[in-house]
Amino acid sequence: MVEAATATLSAREVTRDFGDRHALFNVSFDVFPGEMIAVIGPNGAGKTTLLSILAGSLASSSGEVIRPPGARSVGWVPQEPALYSKLSVRENLRLFARLEQAPDPEKTVAEMLAQTGLADRADDQVRTLSGGNQQRVNIALGLLSAPRVLLLDEPSSSLDPRQRERLWEFITGLARGGTSVVYATHDVFEAERYANRLLVLGEGELLFVGTPEELEAAADIDAAADVHDIESDEHAAHLAEIRVDFETSFVRYLRERGH
Amino acid sequence: MVMRWLLLKDLQILRRSPLLVATLVLYPAVIALLVGFAISSPPGKPKVAIYSGFGESQGNVQFGNQQINVSKYEGELYKSIQPIHASTPAEAIADVRQGDALAALIIPADIGKQIQDLVQHGTGSPTIRVVVNNRNPLERQLVQQAIQTRIAEVERAIAKQVIGVAIGDLHKVLSGGDISLLGKPTTLLGLVKSRKLVSDAVATLPKNSAQAARLQSVVDFANVAIAGLTFATPVLNRIGNPLTVKQTQLAGKTTPSASYAAAIAVVFLLMFVALLLAAGMLALERSENAYGRLIAGLVRPWGLLTEKIVLATSCAVIETFLVAAALSIFVPLDWARVELWIAALVIAGVAFGALGVAVGGLARDVSIASLLAFLISLPVAFAALVPGTAVSSALAGVLDVISFVFPFRSALEAVSNAFGGVGSAGDAGLALLHLAVLAVVFAGLARLSLKRFASR
Repeated sequence: MVEAATATLSAREVTRDFGDRHALFNVSFDVFPGEMIAVIGPNGAGKTTLLSILAGSLASSSGEVIRPPGARSVGWVPQEPALYSKLSVRENLRLFARLEQAPDPEKTVAEMLAQTGLADRADDQVRTLSGGNQQRVNIALGLLSAPRVLLLDEPSSSLDPRQRERLWEFITGLARGGTSVVYATHDVFEAERYANRLLVLGEGELLFVGTPEELEAAADIDAAADVHDIESDEHAAHLAEIRVDFETSFVRYLRERGH
Repeated sequence: MVMRWLLLKDLQILRRSPLLVATLVLYPAVIALLVGFAISSPPGKPKVAIYSGFGESQGNVQFGNQQINVSKYEGELYKSIQPIHASTPAEAIADVRQGDALAALIIPADIGKQIQDLVQHGTGSPTIRVVVNNRNPLERQLVQQAIQTRIAEVERAIAKQVIGVAIGDLHKVLSGGDISLLGKPTTLLGLVKSRKLVSDAVATLPKNSAQAARLQSVVDFANVAIAGLTFATPVLNRIGNPLTVKQTQLAGKTTPSASYAAAIAVVFLLMFVALLLAAGMLALERSENAYGRLIAGLVRPWGLLTEKIVLATSCAVIETFLVAAALSIFVPLDWARVELWIAALVIAGVAFGALGVAVGGLARDVSIASLLAFLISLPVAFAALVPGTAVSSALAGVLDVISFVFPFRSALEAVSNAFGGVGSAGDAGLALLHLAVLAVVFAGLARLSLKRFASR
């Protein structure tokens, strides 16, 4: 599934400052076709900032993002549904299809309605939809241009378990079709279960890039390490810090897996 | 093309937001009309309870051999007030206590006699009584000013008539004439004729006689008296009307106050609609979380700002033009200059729209943007409408600075010029240029605020 040859999206030493604070610092990684990458880290780690810069809605202070050629090659699904609540589902899709300069906006809208299963609610104003259905429309807007890379910021946060399951089925189906998916999540289960690779951010720094198995291994090493050794190792100290926020779920997961 | 779809989207949202439209469009229209006509309308006449104790027959004052009827000046008192006639002083005061009148004016029955004593003997001080309601200081000030102004008018009118009588008598002392003395018709010789008679008598006497010398001193006195009285007559005449007001207009035609009020109403409306729409619709992009998605390659920030300014300006200009057209049924507005109306409204609308997007860029949602827009627009209009001469020079300087950095005053100059030709074409051109510069500055500030917008 993962092709290591040509990256579809690359970040090169991306830094973003807000005043004196580094929201992101020197973050570099590549995304390959069909790959699913989970970005994890505690609150304020820089996950949303990273995805916003990759999407192009926020400029980096320094560094470079290399996107696939084509005007709309990156689809962006922000955490909160970015929809006009007074417009219907169809009107939202039509507006963004026109802004995306889709060759046949009406056809694109019909395809998206079918893909998201919202054809029967097409003429309802978005404000009347449930949170789950709003998120489906939100994701549909990110897919309007059939992007090669799809960026999702905590896509399942407002969904119930059944809706989450359907959402991940849909997203993994896209990845199987060759779309690269980068998603931010707080849920370690979702990160381990669906991602090929994990990026761990802490205070804007990229602390870890690797497979879920490699992260497990790193966690085991840290757990076994002497406290003095950890303090002498800045990298390990950061890893210990970021676990403060999500270690409960992460450690529980590891224990359930028999670690 | 992109702007077209965004405009269509915003109009769809507005169409489905009747409360928002009412807030952004109808409410400002009502406020604008109220403000315009409140500013242009003269203050109403305050209700004053009047007790007048003397009739027309009691109002005669004897002055020399003539009578002046002061009761005919009573009407002067009623010019600036709405009189409520009372039959007794107590009734007049009761009207004030009950709130039916703001003040009571009590004219005593012997006012004619008091004036007579002053004129004949120089004694006493004719007094009328004013009782004022203390409940509202502003109303009290208004009624006091109205009554004092009218009393001053009456005093001046009576004084003028008294001086006229005095001048007539002086003339007879000088030149002679018929008068009535103790009811009997009498002919006065007059100083001029008396001097001639005495001079003729001196001429018939020997040159060095003692009698000729004594008569000559009478002639010399007559000369001095004639010269003094001849000089005094025009001076007394001028005292009755000492100042002449000559009004000179520097440039341009005068604008009738009603059309100026229409210009104020229209600019108020333009400001509210353009400012609130631009601020509100830009803030809406953020409250709907759509801003990040739009600028992620779909729309440039400048494009989004331009779309909001175009939307706000278009709606504001259409609404204000319709209001101006409706006002022109009642108020004389110069339709021959309609192209100037449109130019002034469009450029002013762009300036207010640019200010609106600068405000909208600061706000997190529509309600905060609307509140900010109101908070800015009301003092801006106030600063532009307060005459500099009505406040201290320091405050006038502050108001001038506020009016310079915001579009209201220039918009009012441009629109009032277009409506009625107030000021010169050069002034109007400068106002439009100022508005264009402000539009560029505010659009630049809005662009900066969008950067802040994106960073949160």
